[in-house]
Amino acid sequence: MTKRTTVHQGKNILLGHGSGGRLTHELITTLFKPYFSNPALDTLDDAASLALPKSGALAFTTDSFVVNPVFFPGGDIGKLAVCGTVNDLSMKGAEPLALSLAAIIEEGFGMEDLERIVASAQKAAREAGVAIVTGDTKVVEKGKADKIFLTSTGIGRIRPGITVSGSRARAGDAVLINGTIGDHGIAVLAARNEFKMRTAVTSDCAPLNRLAAKMLAAFRGIHVLRDPTRGGLATTLNEIAASSGVGIIIEEAMIPVKPEVRAACGILGFDPLYVANEGKLIAFMPQKQAGKVLAAMRKETYGKDSTVIGTVVKSPRGVWVRTAAGGLRPVVMLEGEQLPRIC
Amino acid sequence: MHKEKKQAARIPLSRNGVNLMEVCGTHTMAIARAGLKNRFPAGVRMLSGPGCPVCVTPTADIDRAIMLGKGKNVIITTFGDMLRVPGSRSSLEKERSEGADVRILYSPADALDIAAANPAKEVVFLGVGFETTAPTIAATVAIAKKRKVKNFSVLAMFKTIPNALRSILAIKERRIDGFLLPGHVSTIIGSDAYGFIAAEYRIPGVVAGFEPQDILTGVDMLVEQIRSGEPKIENQYSRSVTPEGNRTAQALLRTVFTEADSSWRAIGVIPKSGLVFSPGFTGFDALKRFDVPLVEAEDPKGCRCGEILLGLAGPVQCPFFGKRCTPADPVGPCMVSSEGACAAEYKYGRMK
Repeated sequence: MTKRTTVHQGKNILLGHGSGGRLTHELITTLFKPYFSNPALDTLDDAASLALPKSGALAFTTDSFVVNPVFFPGGDIGKLAVCGTVNDLSMKGAEPLALSLAAIIEEGFGMEDLERIVASAQKAAREAGVAIVTGDTKVVEKGKADKIFLTSTGIGRIRPGITVSGSRARAGDAVLINGTIGDHGIAVLAARNEFKMRTAVTSDCAPLNRLAAKMLAAFRGIHVLRDPTRGGLATTLNEIAASSGVGIIIEEAMIPVKPEVRAACGILGFDPLYVANEGKLIAFMPQKQAGKVLAAMRKETYGKDSTVIGTVVKSPRGVWVRTAAGGLRPVVMLEGEQLPRIC
Repeated sequence: MHKEKKQAARIPLSRNGVNLMEVCGTHTMAIARAGLKNRFPAGVRMLSGPGCPVCVTPTADIDRAIMLGKGKNVIITTFGDMLRVPGSRSSLEKERSEGADVRILYSPADALDIAAANPAKEVVFLGVGFETTAPTIAATVAIAKKRKVKNFSVLAMFKTIPNALRSILAIKERRIDGFLLPGHVSTIIGSDAYGFIAAEYRIPGVVAGFEPQDILTGVDMLVEQIRSGEPKIENQYSRSVTPEGNRTAQALLRTVFTEADSSWRAIGVIPKSGLVFSPGFTGFDALKRFDVPLVEAEDPKGCRCGEILLGLAGPVQCPFFGKRCTPADPVGPCMVSSEGACAAEYKYGRMK
């Protein structure tokens, strides 16, 4: 993708860019359209027209993105907006068909930064093999929004026979994860510079649709797929345990955490289980299928560190971590935000 | 280490068992989190102690901090734990949601950066903590004095441990047979600071680290001492704690602060158990800079935080535990502090 920074260098977003007039049109035709270009988008009609899939069900999801700071090691709000929605579709076992992208921009936001975000969103979309076919831009007065907010909505196709759902976890299932937890949350926290923490940790933000597709190809009957984003792995496991009416036991020693993330969490008094991820998924399937799904995962770019982390039981209900001492420690839902400790 | 464990297990304790007090809230949390309760020698009863700085801060002090925060040009800077502690009517978190400028810091030095970036505002740091954290605030104040920072002050609410332990020992209602002494406070004050416990009270103490094995070893060492009948202060955490402690930190504390009597939640005034500003540094005392009335505040009725801090009751014996008092909606600080005994029991009490 060729860089077009020269057109927008040194300029800022003005209220006029959101008013629907000439400036809006210019913004669309010189920034959004060149980057996102695809037949459905290029008509610049009020709605994109797409062909319905001949079989399967439609998956439909939406998400808003307000991350601060807008740029962080390993990604930015644009990459996040695409990957987040692609991943939500993937967790339903759907292949993404099309995305929309709506922006609410604060007056005065740098045009160069906007272009960086747009380029990043397009790069992520290209990697995921999906097009951004429609969008919207609004500009609000300075102070009425924190730099830029994005909302992306996605539709996808769930192939016949795929029935992943948070309520399908069953006793005897194995719980798999595709890599280390806590990377995204720590990277963003460090980038916010509130704690003057220098770290090499980068966000794990990534599109997981190809990984999910390969997993379902290895075993179509996967019970649950879920991406542990805000609230971390602990929150996602609690949601599934509640939905399915089961207990989930995670082996403490098997939870993959990068040493740098563990260290950062240790200093602040955070628990990696509650720290956000943006490129991770967990999968539940009958124990005897775990081996072949794991093998398929490890061949994929975002699955190299895949591992089994636990099992599903009928009781005790809820989420538990089996400690090194052999006991079961309850893992509750997060109460508010995690706060750094005193001593 | 392994040998000590074997020895302790062999010798039976008295029929009534022994009461060991884990002074530090971080020990309480670590014990709960690792499920160590069932791994201590038979007959050992662990009592929670007052080593939770937020928990022992009186409600009146919390109210004062909240009142300061209401000031139009005041920026409150604080450690995270203070955010949700309930005052008489409000909390810093509630005030923040209603427009108060309350910022969470990991390092108190960041408060000086905020002061520099906001010259028209007054930055107040909430000085809660024991000897572990007081030196970092002392250092920050010393730098502020050197740089002649005009818009920075500290609400000094620090508490010190050794004399609090004397007050604990004065309580006759229950016997304490040994102390699991705080690891981090001891890195500053040194293990020798507890000598009086063995010398005057004839009670053993072991300074322990926070890994599960540290705590198990520390408890075994205490049990062994009780058996031998020769109480002393031992240091299990020698990789971080020395007998004399951190001299630099101690000097800093002596320069910036002075020992004073201090009021502890539910315990009352303990002589020489707190820190106030030394004469040369009173310019940074938020109480002198701002006109904050000293109002009496009552601890919430029925809340048993105080007894829990003294090891006289356990969290589940408080009528509010898990019902009216939860981490999301706490009655007292013990449920909301990351070192609170009630928070530990709530989070890990269902441990199997």
